[in-house]
Amino acid sequence: MAEALLDKDAVLEAHAANPAIASLLALDPAIIANAKFDRGELTLTIARESIVAAAKTVQQAGYNFLEDVTCVDWLPREPRFQVVYHIVSHSLKARIRLHVMVDSIDPSLDSIVPVWPSANFYEREVFDLFGVRFAGHPNLRRIMLPEEWDGHPLRKDYPVEGYR
Amino acid sequence: MGTVVNPPELENPSVDDVLADAARHNRNADPSQNATMILNMGPQHPSTHGVLRLVLEIDGETVLSCAPDIGYLHTGIEKTCEAKFYQQVVPLTDRIDYLSPMTNNLCYCLAVEKLLQLEIPERAQYMRVLLNELTRLNSHLVWLGTHAMDIGALTVFLYCFREREDVLRIFENVSGQRMMTSYFRVGGLSMEPPLDFYDQVRSFLKIMPERIDQYQNLLSGNPIWVNRTKGVGHLSAADAIALGVTGPPLRASGVDWDLRRDMPYSGYEKFDFKVPVSQDGDVWARYVVRLEEMRESVKICLQALDGMPEGPIKANAPKVVLPDREQMKTQMESLIYHFKIVTEGFTVPAGEVYQAVESPRGEMGYYAVSDGTSKPYRVHMRNPSFATLQALETMCKGRLLADVVAVIGSIDIVLGEIDR
Repeated sequence: MAEALLDKDAVLEAHAANPAIASLLALDPAIIANAKFDRGELTLTIARESIVAAAKTVQQAGYNFLEDVTCVDWLPREPRFQVVYHIVSHSLKARIRLHVMVDSIDPSLDSIVPVWPSANFYEREVFDLFGVRFAGHPNLRRIMLPEEWDGHPLRKDYPVEGYR
Repeated sequence: MGTVVNPPELENPSVDDVLADAARHNRNADPSQNATMILNMGPQHPSTHGVLRLVLEIDGETVLSCAPDIGYLHTGIEKTCEAKFYQQVVPLTDRIDYLSPMTNNLCYCLAVEKLLQLEIPERAQYMRVLLNELTRLNSHLVWLGTHAMDIGALTVFLYCFREREDVLRIFENVSGQRMMTSYFRVGGLSMEPPLDFYDQVRSFLKIMPERIDQYQNLLSGNPIWVNRTKGVGHLSAADAIALGVTGPPLRASGVDWDLRRDMPYSGYEKFDFKVPVSQDGDVWARYVVRLEEMRESVKICLQALDGMPEGPIKANAPKVVLPDREQMKTQMESLIYHFKIVTEGFTVPAGEVYQAVESPRGEMGYYAVSDGTSKPYRVHMRNPSFATLQALETMCKGRLLADVVAVIGSIDIVLGEIDR
């Protein structure tokens, strides 16, 4: 397995030929806030306000299939929420992961439903279980839990058992 | 009725959207004309394959819009995973997709092995491939039986469940459980397969191709089956990709993509098999693709049996893999490792991985995040049924109500993995 690269510049240099990185850098060099290459998987951290532009760019670069949108709660670290996108390219047979860091004061970012309609359910799930809001989502409601449910269970401050 | 406005393409309406649409359509409706009607289907409807609830707006027999309402089976498995040791998560993964437990076991184990950067012995890989293909046969048999039954061909169900029983006996023999197998472990398999296992699989594989022909004979020439499936529930390749559809429905829409071949895992690159693709994109195409897949699965199983190498079934990683009973009883060191793994779990280096496998229903992915402790910081499952369900509205809109049942059967959803 390839050596892990955890430094942004090293990753961008080693993977300069990657079409996603090349086109993202061509769009705006500041769009990639961080990058890492670990266990054979490429991860790019995207600036929060640019996720829709980044998704469009990555899609045009050949990463045509959105596999998954999910989130990780890094309580008590700030920014607290890490929204994770997995995108695969059918032609390149390669996968890329995008991160967007979202803080706990205003946990919101733009929805990528206009780019990939399949993000609809995934973003609703993240909203339901983490309380991260997706601006511009056509139907941002709870998907798993009842409408009147209190709290967002996958947050780390929500107990696994016992009383809330 | 007259003024039906089609919602924008590929947007999944919510239940409220459907209700609001219906209210709007009927506001100025002339009572002598046909008004639209809201129909609630499920969650206890037998042809929704579990607890799927659909809210449909229908104009006579024509479906105008359709909104799935899910969550009735939500058990919070992802949250539960965070409170368990890595090895304790394996039995939870069975419960996600109860028709393909081995695929879930495999995907989770591969993800954790990737985090640990653990090499798995070749024999364990072959066994995993063999059992995964048997799982695919098992799952497709249930799909074909129930799908045919939904459309009215009751006989096929009995035939399919006869063969499924054989697969379940194999699972019981190898793991001790018919459905919730939990046979794979991080680092290999839980135990040696019993002595008669290979013969049992071989005799099953011997009859299987002929049995698939039988199912095909029962259905493919049946005019009712053909009329109920051909041209029904059409999904174009572009829509399938946009809506996140994977697996047989994607290949039935003409996208030649199979993770087993295109991004191989667990040694699939050593196997020779075809990926059936159809250009039609309808219920019939999904039926043809899955039947062909069953034939290919039989071939893969035979290759795995013939090429089964000698060797251990567990990786040589004493800190991760439980020692053999014999060693544990006789060697101090093994006893200590055993005690530590059982009581404290094993630690996994910090990091994150995404591992995807081709489950019978499509791309199943496990996203695992480790913070360096013995419990996963986060486990997320990307389930094929969850994404495929989003395409339901596109496939059903403008079709007859009875076709909804055919379409649900053809996308082969399992509500356990949609709701998790």
